[in-house]
Amino acid sequence: MIPVAFDYQRAGSVEEALSLLAEHGDDAKLMAGGHSLLPMMKLRLAVPGVIVDVGRLSDLSYIRESNGHVAIGALTTHRQLETSEVLRAECPVLADVAHVVGDPQVRHRGTLGGSLAHSDPASDLPAAVLALGGTLVARGPNGTREISAGDFFTGYFESALAPDEMLTEIRVPKTPGAGYNYQKFNRRAQDWAIVGAIAVVGEGISGVSLVNMGSTPLRATAVEEALASGASAADAAAVAAEGTDAPADLNASPAYREHLARVLTRRALEAAGVS
Amino acid sequence: MTVVLGRTRGERGDSVEITVTVNGSTYTRDVEPRRLLVHFIREDLGLTGTNIGCDTSSCGACTVLMNGESVKSCTMLAVQVNGEELTTIEGLAPGPDELHPMQRAFQEQHGLQCGYCTPGMVMASVSLLAENPKPTEAEVREGLEGNLCRCTGYHNIVKSVLAASGQNVDS
Ligand SMILES: Cc1cc2nc3c(=O)[nH]c(=O)nc-3n(C[C@H](O)[C@H](O)[C@H](O)COP(=O)(O)OP(=O)(O)OC[C@H]3O[C@@H](n4cnc5c(N)ncnc54)[C@H](O)[C@@H]3O)c2cc1C
Ligand code: FES
Ligand code: FES
Repeated sequence: MIPVAFDYQRAGSVEEALSLLAEHGDDAKLMAGGHSLLPMMKLRLAVPGVIVDVGRLSDLSYIRESNGHVAIGALTTHRQLETSEVLRAECPVLADVAHVVGDPQVRHRGTLGGSLAHSDPASDLPAAVLALGGTLVARGPNGTREISAGDFFTGYFESALAPDEMLTEIRVPKTPGAGYNYQKFNRRAQDWAIVGAIAVVGEGISGVSLVNMGSTPLRATAVEEALASGASAADAAAVAAEGTDAPADLNASPAYREHLARVLTRRALEAAGVS
Repeated sequence: MTVVLGRTRGERGDSVEITVTVNGSTYTRDVEPRRLLVHFIREDLGLTGTNIGCDTSSCGACTVLMNGESVKSCTMLAVQVNGEELTTIEGLAPGPDELHPMQRAFQEQHGLQCGYCTPGMVMASVSLLAENPKPTEAEVREGLEGNLCRCTGYHNIVKSVLAASGQNVDS
């Protein structure tokens, strides 16, 4: 499978990437790792006229502590996330979630910014950043703005990013001492989750999110409210499917996904230390 | 979703010059931006040891090393490796009559049958040991989750990788 012909520009800086986006408008697409975009271009579901390659912007590849949170450059690969000592110490759930994305080859190429911008409700990392209540930093022609993860995912493969904006940084809170767990349910090793449930529970944080239970990654607000009013893991998990809109596909019916959401949420909560 | 079959060269896609080091030799070539890395390796450079299995980033047959890390060359563009260093299966052995330790381990442990997946398996395994020199059996199985084999049932592949890491596989 071969993509439709396109023009190629390698950006040497964020400024250059932004000016190429401004110049070519809707016809241009950023490419980071290319591990979501290129498969879609090969299937000709995506037919950008101009590819702006930002894959070599190594100054956007970092993980560092900063003012009470962890700041991660948008071009940081899944492999860098899963092996990061800063994340292991300060926000280990993100390293754990990165570790189960695809397979090693995918993790060597795929980036956090690309995964978030792609906004696939079946992806793992968007739901993790959502459960953590992270913040996304975008740069565009009018400067920099911060978008909370809760406002970022607007629809099926759609985000709050404008076509002329680029994600530069993702900020997640430090979660010292918090319990955490990701339950990813799939049939084959490298696959996307049929359903997934992420829990991060501790002092100052009580985030639960669901993968592949609607058109965006979802915050399990009913579960979080139940936990806040003192419910047990089992009782809180019983409401996990509330407010979801599970898709039907070859792998699972909506009813089966709802069942999985409840079971996986209970397991994630228990593994995160909620009794 | 619209499927556009049209747009061809001339309207878009002027060739780009790239320089890549592959197995220690440097090549400069003009490539169409849409040229997949695996086609560049097999057709432009004539290195046909790298196979195409699924062409959808699932099977790992096309795995090569970029700067020492395993990548699926069916899911990269040739232009993305401009300036980078690649190793393909042809570049592993230290000399024409010698095998790389991973290749020798696959031979000795019967880690292949038809051999179609083998170049990709070997490259993924070399990358795996570079990151984790003494993996457990479970870590080998997990580390090769991006590579499919239709023949061996994986058992002897796992043994090959453990043997190549210097661990005893008879026990
Ligand atoms: C075989 C395979 C298995 C996979 N399995 C999983 C899985 O189990 N779980 C999972 O979550 N994912 C999975 N993925 C997807 C993988 O995680 C992708 O790498 C990731 O979703 C996209 O990151 P990327 O850097 O490759 O983005 P790209 O493909 O380069 O880009 C994706 C989209 O984001 C945009 N974009 C990229 N970077 C930026 C930026 N900085 N700012 C604004 N827009 C940007 C692009 O324009 C494009 O629209 C899999 C992929 C493959 C090929
Ligand atoms: S041919 Fe590349 S993964 Fe199958
Ligand atoms: S040996 Fe035949 S596919 Fe693996």
